[in-house]
Amino acid sequence: MEAAGVPRDSRRAPAQVSLRSEARLIERLQRGAFEYVTRYTNARNGLVADTSRAGSPCSIAVVGFALCSRLIAVERGWSSRRAAAALVLRTLQFFWESAQGAGTHATGYKGFYYHFLDMESGRRVWDCELSLIDSALLVAGFLCVREYFDGMGKDEASIRKLADALYRRVDWCWAQNGAPALTQGWHPDSGFLHYGWEGYNEALLIYILGLGSPTSPLPRDSFIHWTLTYQWERMLGQDVLYSGPLFTHLFPHAWIDLRGIRDAFMREKRSDYFINTCRTVAVQREYCERNPREALGYSRDVWGISAGDGPVAHGSAEFAKDHRHFGYMARGVPFGPDDGTLCPWAMLATLPFTPEAALIGTRTLLARYPQVCPQNRFVSGFNPTVNADSGGWLSAGWYGLDQGLLVMMIENARSRLVWSLMRRAPEVRRGLRRAGFRGGWLS
Amino acid sequence: MARSQRTAATRRKKTYDLVIIGAGPGGLAAAEFAARLGARVALLERERLGGVSLNTGSVPSKSLIRSATLFAAMREAARLQQPAQAEPVADLQRVIARLRRMQRRIGGYHSEARLKRAGIELHYGAARFVDERLIATNMGRFPFHHALVATGAGPTRPQIPGLIEGSYLTSDTIFGLEKLPEHLAVVGGGALGCELAQSFCRLGSRVTIIQDEAGFLPGEERDAAQVLAQSMARDGVTIRLNTSVTGARVGKAEVVLRTQNYGRTAEVQADRVLVSIGRTPCTDGLSLESAGVRADTATGIAVDEFLRTSNPRVYAAGDVCLRHRYANVAERTARIAVHNCLAKGRPMRHTALTIPWCTFCAPEIAHVGLQVWQARNEGIPIRTFTVMMQDIDRAILDRQDVGFVKLHSTGRNDKIVGATIVASRASEMINEVCVAMSTGIGLRELADVLHIYPSQSDAIRIAAMDLDEPLAPG
Ligand SMILES: Cc1cc2nc3c(=O)[nH]c(=O)nc-3n(C[C@H](O)[C@H](O)[C@H](O)COP(=O)(O)OP(=O)(O)OC[C@H]3O[C@@H](n4cnc5c(N)ncnc54)[C@H](O)[C@@H]3O)c2cc1C
Repeated sequence: MEAAGVPRDSRRAPAQVSLRSEARLIERLQRGAFEYVTRYTNARNGLVADTSRAGSPCSIAVVGFALCSRLIAVERGWSSRRAAAALVLRTLQFFWESAQGAGTHATGYKGFYYHFLDMESGRRVWDCELSLIDSALLVAGFLCVREYFDGMGKDEASIRKLADALYRRVDWCWAQNGAPALTQGWHPDSGFLHYGWEGYNEALLIYILGLGSPTSPLPRDSFIHWTLTYQWERMLGQDVLYSGPLFTHLFPHAWIDLRGIRDAFMREKRSDYFINTCRTVAVQREYCERNPREALGYSRDVWGISAGDGPVAHGSAEFAKDHRHFGYMARGVPFGPDDGTLCPWAMLATLPFTPEAALIGTRTLLARYPQVCPQNRFVSGFNPTVNADSGGWLSAGWYGLDQGLLVMMIENARSRLVWSLMRRAPEVRRGLRRAGFRGGWLS
Repeated sequence: MARSQRTAATRRKKTYDLVIIGAGPGGLAAAEFAARLGARVALLERERLGGVSLNTGSVPSKSLIRSATLFAAMREAARLQQPAQAEPVADLQRVIARLRRMQRRIGGYHSEARLKRAGIELHYGAARFVDERLIATNMGRFPFHHALVATGAGPTRPQIPGLIEGSYLTSDTIFGLEKLPEHLAVVGGGALGCELAQSFCRLGSRVTIIQDEAGFLPGEERDAAQVLAQSMARDGVTIRLNTSVTGARVGKAEVVLRTQNYGRTAEVQADRVLVSIGRTPCTDGLSLESAGVRADTATGIAVDEFLRTSNPRVYAAGDVCLRHRYANVAERTARIAVHNCLAKGRPMRHTALTIPWCTFCAPEIAHVGLQVWQARNEGIPIRTFTVMMQDIDRAILDRQDVGFVKLHSTGRNDKIVGATIVASRASEMINEVCVAMSTGIGLRELADVLHIYPSQSDAIRIAAMDLDEPLAPG
């Protein structure tokens, strides 16, 4: 693995914390995260709740993460292959048979899906948009199970067939809406959302999947067009391709092994997306050590600013003017928003990149604030500054995205399983090549 | 001498070297420069000397912003006081009276008396072209060798069903308010909308700003717009991004705006609405076609790089013809136009200008040169060096630590090609970068220049120093 340019203390884990020395903690937290998937799945259709809160609809992105988590559970011995295959098949059947169309109550349109669906009927809820990124996370899950379930049995054969058909059904080019780059989504009442993807972020996954499509391949220059909005900056001691919230870096890496392969942009900068995420961790740690907004709890070993639940605008005079709390939103550093809310799961989610920082951080957090991990599952957001007298503000329940991401990232750190599966998918290799990626395992 | 020859000679004598339409920053600068060159100059103005900048633009808005900043400072000071103080609320009449005094002082530098002393003929009245060499107003006729159109731009009128003329404010009318609006709705999140929304909020109005894009200040650095949105939210401005206004109901004492976001409709009720959705060049009534001058309603008069219109005797400058609608640009381009039509020597190109601009919110957002997206689009490899104001001692001490300095240099050497500064005094700080860019001072030289400690502009030196710094350990 290429190590040049990775911030120094993340190149190797020192003896005191390593994947091996922390194996029990890691297993406990990975299993805890997977339990969310088990508990909040509707076994009849495979849909998974967005959050553990009563009445929560399904989030299609969580279903994508859950599909992949189910095969990880098989490998870890938490579930039988047969049971997992049966549930995965039901999920794929649901999506294949659900209503596609421009009406307001369908499940999807043009092979994409609405962000939130009713847990029982699977129809669109909350007046939500047809979401490109959430669809991409779901479709990545389809490809991942297609690669894993390679057995001879009927269920596994059906999984492969359906997953393939679902991927082929996505009309990626439609989502360009006649423009060079991708839109963010579509709404049945108002049409395409009139803004696209600006700057580096999780859209990398959408582009790779779209460029690799055999049925509606995005043109190569759509990717080039998007990367023209990239910002390469020297900040807080690092040269980074900037994106503020941590999750935007992690989502593509959860699926795709970006170690040592480079597109034109990264060749020019003599970096790669893996190194970039390592450096982003360094930026987060440096920022939290400097702690410019004087938030309680931030330090070099307690960081993780990303999208998550947080306290909504606080009434006290001091907070009304000086700080503002935004509810669920994407927070980022160093340009903000930063309202003192941490995502307790985020440090551990960087395990494949900077294991030492991830493990020391997680250990420190759990020692100081054990309340952030009830039942071995991290809550979505924690703000030690708000309600400081009573242990800080804590998000209620759990969010599926955080749990699914953790199961996969931990697995990638432990066995590289998801990366290896996705490396096998010809469409992923084709998508990467058409995006201009070369070198490393793509050679 | 025959009679006809005599009239021709009289006409020649009466022919102005330069007739200027519009006495804004562009027209005034042009008139003064041309008079200094010894030309016979007529300056025609239909309203007031000083144009938009003095009367309804830069000057009143910056005065209002200053008053608003005082109120924000009072709130900050209240936290250091014992006992706690009541929330300060502005008396708008006093704020406006102060603004008028400032306008008078600043306007005095280009008074009628001074223009007269400089030998400039000033005539009031709406001007129009009669033919390719003649301009007229209701008061007279002005034959010219050369003409300069500097008629500026005005607020773009909204096409919102139900929002009738007179039921909303624009930058033309907002400084005439006598009472602080209880709830002001601002439609449009460009520079003017943001400046005024934040100011009225700080003065004590409840303010909702509605912007139909994903962020404020489209075209500006994304992170700058992000920082601005957070600052406005901290001030208490209610922000509605990605939201368009689809209709309005005008009541006796209030206006209700119908909005749409992601297909969802909602309403915003306010006692005053400010519409700030762009500027339209003022070409109406000029009869440009009579002089063979080509123009477009949205982009204004078409000019070449020398500011010449399709009639080679007619030039244009400032807001009426350029994309960068700022007073400094109006002034400089007007001088370039005068140079090109009256002075001897090589003609000058307005396209060669390095233009700094600023949005005067808190924090201020200033920019000069290339934007990152422009550089990438043009295939220019650049490096960006970013320093956060939160890491600058003076900014911390001033409690003005929101923002950043970003310096862009070419990938190959340390030449500075652009900068964005978001800071409480970004408008002052950017000038240092402008000097460096115009004189060719590179990042290394800039890093070597001793700056005052503590000072906010030291952030520029610190950003420049990063060029030769190794990467930090993680
Ligand atoms: C609220 C606001 C804030 C602003 N803040 C800033 C700022 O901080 N910094 C900055 O650099 N810029 C600022 N601007 C922009 C700046 O005011 C303009 O760019 C500048 O005034 C343009 O100058 P000009 O000479 O081209 O035109 P103008 O200033 O618009 O002057 C044109 C003149 O032409 C006259 N005229 C028009 N038609 C005719 C006619 N037919 N006959 C005779 N006379 C005519 C008009 O009455 C007017 O006096 C601001 C603008 C607004 C609205």
